[in-house]
Amino acid sequence: MKEELFVSGRNIPNIDPVLHVWHWHIPLYLFLGGLAAGLIFFATYFYVSGKTDKYPTAVKIAPVIAPFAIAIGLIALILDLKHTPYFWRLFTAFRLESPMSWGAWTLGVIMPLSIVWPLIYIKDMIKYFQFGSPRITAILKWIDNLLENVSILKWAMDLARKYQMAIAWALFFMSIILGVYTGILLSAFNARPLWNTSILGPLFLVSGLSTGAAAVMWMSRHHFEQKQFSRFDLMLVGIEIFLIIHMFMGFNASTQVQQQAAAMFLGGEFTAVFWGVFFTAGLVVPALLEIMELFGYKVPVFIPAFLILLGGLIFRFIMVDAGQITRYLY
Amino acid sequence: MRYAMAMDTAKCVGCSDCVVACQTENNVPIGFCRDWIVENVEGTYPQLEMEIRSERCNHCENTPCVRTCPTGASHVIEGGIVKVTHDECIGCGACIQACPYDARYFHPDGYVDKCTFCDHRVAEGLDTACVSVCPTHSLTFGDLDDPQSPISVLLRERKWKTLVPEAGTQPQVYFLI
Repeated sequence: MKEELFVSGRNIPNIDPVLHVWHWHIPLYLFLGGLAAGLIFFATYFYVSGKTDKYPTAVKIAPVIAPFAIAIGLIALILDLKHTPYFWRLFTAFRLESPMSWGAWTLGVIMPLSIVWPLIYIKDMIKYFQFGSPRITAILKWIDNLLENVSILKWAMDLARKYQMAIAWALFFMSIILGVYTGILLSAFNARPLWNTSILGPLFLVSGLSTGAAAVMWMSRHHFEQKQFSRFDLMLVGIEIFLIIHMFMGFNASTQVQQQAAAMFLGGEFTAVFWGVFFTAGLVVPALLEIMELFGYKVPVFIPAFLILLGGLIFRFIMVDAGQITRYLY
Repeated sequence: MRYAMAMDTAKCVGCSDCVVACQTENNVPIGFCRDWIVENVEGTYPQLEMEIRSERCNHCENTPCVRTCPTGASHVIEGGIVKVTHDECIGCGACIQACPYDARYFHPDGYVDKCTFCDHRVAEGLDTACVSVCPTHSLTFGDLDDPQSPISVLLRERKWKTLVPEAGTQPQVYFLI
């Protein structure tokens, strides 16, 4: 057996190690994009299936977070660009093979629609925020006033209400694309073995949906809705755990570079943060709390919701950071 | 036309002249480079073996960098040379992530920069800057579609390898062994 004694390799201080092309911007965006996808998915799904009255928070209130999440995510994305003044080039081309191009166009469509959706329900939101948040209520009332009195806005909102079903269907499909895209963005890079698995698409979608469910659960004031969303979230966490186990099984049955990528999580440097912080504190513990609640124990709803959201954020930071370390060695 | 490069690992002494020639020819900012030297020493003392390679963009046939570029700034020109249009590049880093050879870098001005196979020299019938200065003649540049070109002859006569062929990129820089 040949033992590698010494490899000088290349030594270019400004290029090597290239590990950190993407910093905090990308994982933050992936989290916010997934969260927005989850919120919009539930809102539009329950709207088109005619269950608005059963799930009022999910349809009418929670989607207000989505445009803010997407906007902050977009700001992060633009900050991440090194050639920022040229960012508009994203919208002068559509490249079928590039996931980032798909993402840019998806965001371009979903952003305005996700602003329209909560505006339709602005009166319900005023009621929701009436107690406890006078400042938000004042802003909402001001916006409502504008929508009522500026003729072009009034016309636009009437149009939106008239075609709400069409908007809901469009947002429903776009939310799935957005959720899958956050994972596909990474899995398109075959040079980074940890990312190069098609399971990242469904995994990031499910993780995004579960953060969305957690946000709805947190905001809901209806016992039935809260309980239902706790159940949805539990189911999604179950699927997520299943997909994670599958991901590592796939890596370990794959090429050497992917086995090495998996080894970072199975004994390597990311073991503690992945299994301890994300898997245990961000998935298993909130799932157990949700199960306890189903059996009738009183658990403050914000604890599992917060843990799920935090877990989703940490998961994306781990995947982006670890993925950039993995590479082909030659 | 299919441009390619052959790099003779048996002749290279690792002098870095190719690196300096490229930096000078292409005005590469200080601290960066489009080609570089790799010295691999393997074995257990005293049974050691060393391989020195002059590496650069492999101008792959199957280009993950061009595929992932969201704006079309990364593109392939005649002869299979992979280039970046500076004012179409948004500096997103997707191509850097996509390259298994880490051949791309962010220019201090923000856009992504890389080896161009000196297409401006090649268009005038000259060799690339790195090839033209190599003191041991370990680098050969040429057209693979011409069966009589020196590089075609070399690749027929010598044993060679490419880097990370399992990445599926079909690299076009050949290392003679």
